Amino acid sequence: MELRRDVFQAIADPTRRAIITLVALQALTPSAIAENFASSRQTISKHIQILTECEILRQEQNGREIYYQLNPKKMKAIADFIEPFRNLWDDRFNKLEAVMKKHQSEQ
Amino acid sequence: MERKTKIHAEEGKQELLITREFDLPVALLFKAYVEPEIVEQWMGTKVLKLENRKHGSWQFETSDTQGNVVFQSNGVIHDVVPNQKITRTFEMDNTPFAPQLEFLEFEKLTSDTSKLTMQIVFRSVAYRDQLLQMPFAQGLNMAHNRLQDIVNRLK
Repeated sequence: MELRRDVFQAIADPTRRAIITLVALQALTPSAIAENFASSRQTISKHIQILTECEILRQEQNGREIYYQLNPKKMKAIADFIEPFRNLWDDRFNKLEAVMKKHQSEQ
Repeated sequence: MERKTKIHAEEGKQELLITREFDLPVALLFKAYVEPEIVEQWMGTKVLKLENRKHGSWQFETSDTQGNVVFQSNGVIHDVVPNQKITRTFEMDNTPFAPQLEFLEFEKLTSDTSKLTMQIVFRSVAYRDQLLQMPFAQGLNMAHNRLQDIVNRLK
């Protein structure tokens, strides 16, 4: 049976979010990722596997080493989820700012 | 325009953090939250009651262009410290949604700029996630309605 995972499951875990942050800065090998954590290498491998299954991380072969890098398309899917809600508040706050600037100049 | 509003919704937590920096002195930002006439202007709602004091309460009402009331909300004000914070609850009338607790913090950045941090605490994680998706669902609905309009014109 094919194991299906979604991006929201991937970011549900703090360690996985930390891995995403690390890999966002540069492509890293599994051991370079694991060095940043107190958890066992095996635990980190499991997290990397989950992130790869839901396509947040992509593998890239470089010589004998495998590097992991971020898949920006999937990260965008996460951002898009919250975007309409953010826009709603942004519009509201823009209006507040405009109203108060007008109020300020009238005084 | 630069996107200044940030939403932080950590997975599995029943709270939401909304932050925004304003090109306004903190006193003006705070005023926008406590003066009923000003609240009406930027929220696009009618303020029926707004008691800015400990154990005060508030009530807003939004109508459509024909004057029909489409949205009502209310809550109690737990604490108000001028230019610093407002602690209050928020409830939508006539909906099954549980009230939420809001902590508003007003912060001076410079003499002309300020920052608002809103921490909203929900009854459950599931309810928070549902609410986050609401504008998205509405967006889909609007797109659907527009599609319906176009289809109707083709008939």
